[in-house]
Order: sequence, then structure tokens, then C-alpha cells
Amino acid sequence: MVTLTAPHDHTPELTNAEVRRIRNDFPILGQRVNGHPLVYLDSGATSQNPTCVLEAEQEFYEQRNSAVHRGAHTLAVDATDAFEDARATVAAFIGATDRELVWTANATAGLNLLAYAFSNASVGDTGADARQFALGPGDEIVVTEMEHHANLIPWQELCRRTGATLRHIPILDDGTLDLDAAASIIGARTRILAFTHVSNVLGVINPVAELAALGHAAGAFVVLDACQSAPHLPLDVKALGVDFAAFSGHKMLGPTGIGALYGRAELLDALPPFLAGGSMITTVTLERAEYLPSPQRFEAGTQPISQAVALAAAARYLHETGMGRIHAWEAQLGQRLVAGLEAIDGIRVLGPAAGVERAGLAAFEVAGVHAHDVGQFLDAAGIAVRVGHHCAQPLHRRLGLSASTRASAYLYNTTDDVDAFLDAVAGVRGYFGVA
Amino acid sequence: MSALDSLYQQIILEQAKARHGATLTDDQAAAVHLPAGTGQCHQLNPVCGDEITLRLVVENADDGGTPASARVGELLWSGDGCSISMASASILAELAVGMTPEELAGLIEQFRVVMRSRGAVVGDEDVLGDAAALSGVAKFPARVKCAMLAWVAAEDALRQAV
Ligand SMILES: Cc1ncc(COP(=O)(O)O)c(C=O)c1O
Repeated sequence: MVTLTAPHDHTPELTNAEVRRIRNDFPILGQRVNGHPLVYLDSGATSQNPTCVLEAEQEFYEQRNSAVHRGAHTLAVDATDAFEDARATVAAFIGATDRELVWTANATAGLNLLAYAFSNASVGDTGADARQFALGPGDEIVVTEMEHHANLIPWQELCRRTGATLRHIPILDDGTLDLDAAASIIGARTRILAFTHVSNVLGVINPVAELAALGHAAGAFVVLDACQSAPHLPLDVKALGVDFAAFSGHKMLGPTGIGALYGRAELLDALPPFLAGGSMITTVTLERAEYLPSPQRFEAGTQPISQAVALAAAARYLHETGMGRIHAWEAQLGQRLVAGLEAIDGIRVLGPAAGVERAGLAAFEVAGVHAHDVGQFLDAAGIAVRVGHHCAQPLHRRLGLSASTRASAYLYNTTDDVDAFLDAVAGVRGYFGVA
Repeated sequence: MSALDSLYQQIILEQAKARHGATLTDDQAAAVHLPAGTGQCHQLNPVCGDEITLRLVVENADDGGTPASARVGELLWSGDGCSISMASASILAELAVGMTPEELAGLIEQFRVVMRSRGAVVGDEDVLGDAAALSGVAKFPARVKCAMLAWVAAEDALRQAV
């Protein structure tokens, strides 16, 4: 079995020279866009793939492609080994065991799986073990004001189906969570506490262990949206103490169509399934079925096998580069982004000011210029950023905005990328005649 | 002219600031019952949050079988969005007033053809007036929705009004 080798966190910090070597592993980054070298600052939306990930997928299709967990022929055995090795690798990457990692299409699918499993536990009889997940009127689900829609709407829908009430922890003006409010909102009625590790807009890194402790003291299940953390910092779900966590492969150098839901083994084994069908059962009669333990009970139907294999290659690549180094490098880029933006007239950065901890991203407002126009202007200079509400409308409303522009960095961005971006942003207001 | 400059022509940046016709009040925007001859439509582009509410008043819409005298009397809107969507609404408000319903419907159709052409059809200034300056938008498929927002709203409002 391929496991993760010793991490490289003993090696020195990442530098521009090292990052330039890393960039060579990413074929897409070498191109020119609109006559300029591509400056890709949209990894918060989706990241790029190194050659080893592309090759892993191709190698699988060329040598081992077959259905997994069914059939006894050699290819089927090879494919099953590759698929389950991939699971063990990605599980180890987040500090979990392979029994605790369910493949999903992406984080959104993982969070919906979980919400529907709670829903299924709330109607009819799904067994004594599942009763702990049943929700009804009087129960509360707590989220935060900074959630991505993927970690908000599934809970709204779960409340609608079960009669439970949705509450939220507000943010303070500096973009951090109001932890005093959290302590009073999370209480005996709280059954689920769901929040993001890193805000995809503010760059805020939430105090996960502290919040998880609050949730557990109240007897709630704690759900982490790890979409913006699994790719960017050393993630250890056991150390953080969360019960469930969801993330997407495409944001961590992997392909689209694959992500994962982590759940503590005893919880996943008790949770009713969401999708039902082939590959997730033990005994089936015409009247009823019995289900496999996790993770298979949540993986009905043919799975995204090559994508799982490629995601494991991405996890190995990240691990070998060193998640601690990646996090430290991105933190530097994040500070450079914010300090540079704050120095430009008419720019308001959302979230923590320069000097305060944040992830390697920055969203901002340009006075007098709509985000869509900012993004268009930057694109003409070969700079790719995200514009819009970034699937966080309630957060933007709280900030008095309908849209913002976001630059988000990854391990393949140099300080030159950040500087090229800042130079271009400095020209925006002049171009649109509002400076 | 660079592609960017052809998108953001001076006239567009000026119109985006001028916001002709952007005088719809919040009360009007929230109105449930509209007088006869009046149509209103709210359009939202969920991708970028561009939003517009547009009201259109057709005068003499129903004056005893002489529809030839029907004219767009007022085109008011309120909204928030990028310079393309705001300029486009402002230009439309200037063009539409005084047109017959048929002329306005024809103008909207012409504009749509240009917007959908991916740059193959350049708007005729004699027909489209200032809206011809939006021809450059057609080369940016992601922005066509922005340019069309007010026009789609006007199309619907016109249908209600006549
Ligand atoms: C914080 C956060 N949660 C959830 C998601 C949803 O990820 P996906 O669209 O891959 O399911 C994203 C991605 O935009 C995100 O940034």
C-alpha cells in the first residue's frame, strides 16, 4: 500500500526560487493570456493540477481501469487496490483512518449527504443507532454568518424538512466570529454546529478546536467545512475534535468530480445512508436491505475511481512539499496582498487588516467600480481572479456589498504574481475614471 | 483599440455614471398593482449580483382602437451593477421614450442579435443609437447577460403594458 512518506516540514521555508521550480510541475501555468503571462490567483475557486496528478489518472485508465469491489478478474483487483489505497492516502492526509473517509463528488455533495442522512434518521424507523441523529421541532442547527452557501442551504433545507430551527453566529466588524455570541447561541437545543475552517471571502481562520469544544459541551455534532483548509494548511481532524468534515479535490490540486466526507467511525457506522443502490449492501430481499458499514454504505453506485486515484496523487504531492511550508508561504502572500491593497486609494479589504492572521487570499471592494469591471480589467492583463458574491450572499449583505473581487493564492504563486496583481489593481480606478 | 477599450468605450463609462432614467423609487419598485398601460419587471443576474427593476409606461395604449398613437411615455429603473449593465439601462431609457411599442420591440430584437453574435454583427448606430457602442460586449460572452439585463426587463414590461 502506498502511504504518505515523511513530510518535508524539516526543510527550509518556501522561497520564490523554490516556488518557480514548483511551477514547472503545472503545465497550465506556463501560458500567456490576453498577451500577458498568466497570473493565476483564483485557486480558492479551483486549483491547477501538477503533472503527477494528470499522469496518475492517465496511468489508471491505461493500466488498471475496471469496476471496483465487484468481479474477481485481475484488473478489477488492481483497480480496487488503487481505489482503496487512494482512500487510505487521502484519509491519512487529514489525520483520519480509511474507514472514516467517504468519497463524494465535492464538498457540496458531502455536506448534502450528511444533511440528508440526518433527515433520514428523522423520519420512520432507521434503527436504534440512528436515533441519535433524529431532529425535530425545538432542535437547533447553528451555522455562521460567513458560510459558503454549500454549508448553509443544506442545513436550511434540513430545518425545513424536520421542523428544527436554524441559527447563526454573527461576525464582528473585523470579520472574525463573535465568540461571545457563539457561547450564548450554542446551547442545550443545539444538535448540529456547522462552520467553515477558513472563510473563502475573509480569509479568516476560525478557532476550530474552541468552537468544537463548545459544540460538544452542548451535546451537538460538529461539522467542519474544510474546503479552504484541507488544501492550504496541515489538517488533523482528530486533533481538532470535529465529528464530520467535508472538502473538495479540485481545490487541492486534484481533479473535479471527487471530494470526501470525513466522519468519526462510530458515527458513520450508525448514520443512515443517503443514496441507496448497488455496492452499499449486505443482504437484499424484495422487501428490504441491510447496509455495509462505512464508508461503503455511503458509496452507492459506481464511484469516481480514477479521480480518487488522482486525488491521492495530489495529496502525496502536497504532503511531500509540506503542508506547514505551504501554509507559511501562503500566509506571507496573504499579508503581501492585504498590505499592498490597503496602500491603494479607494480599496477596502474585507476581513482582517494587514498584520493580522489570514489565509493566502484577499477579497476587496474598489470604490466606484463594480467587481465585475475590476475582474474584466485584470483579465485583460492576464490576471485571473474571482468576482461576485463567492457563494456567500449573507456575508456580502452583512458587509454592505453585493459583490467583491477576490485574489486567492496557492503554493505555485510567487511574490511576483502578487506584485503584478497589485500593480494592475492600482490602475483600476483611473481606467474607469473614478480616481 | 484594445479589446478592453472596445468594451469600455468612453460613451459607456459616461452613461454608467449618468444613469438616465434611474429614478424609480423604492415604493414604485415594490408596487404590486400597476396602473393600466404600465409594466414592470425585476431582473437579477445571480452570477454577479447585477440587479434592475424597470418600469415602462405606454401612453394611449388603449385609446379606442388607434394603437398607432401608442407611445412609450416613460422608462424608469432602479438598480445596481457593473458599468455595462448600468450603461445599458441608461442608454435604453434614452432610446425608448417616444417609440411605439412595435419600434421598441424591434429595437430590443436588433440589440439581442448583436449581443448574441460573438462580435460577428456590429450594431448600426443609425438603428441602435448609443447602444451600438455596446457592440464590443458581444466578444465577451460572460458579459452579454450584463448588457441584456435592462433590455430583457423592458421586453417583459412592454408585454405587460400593451
Ligand atoms: C468554504 C467553501 N465551502 C464549500 C465550497 C464548495 O465547494 P464545491 O463547489 O467544490 O462543492 C467552497 C468552494 O467554493 C468553499 O470555498
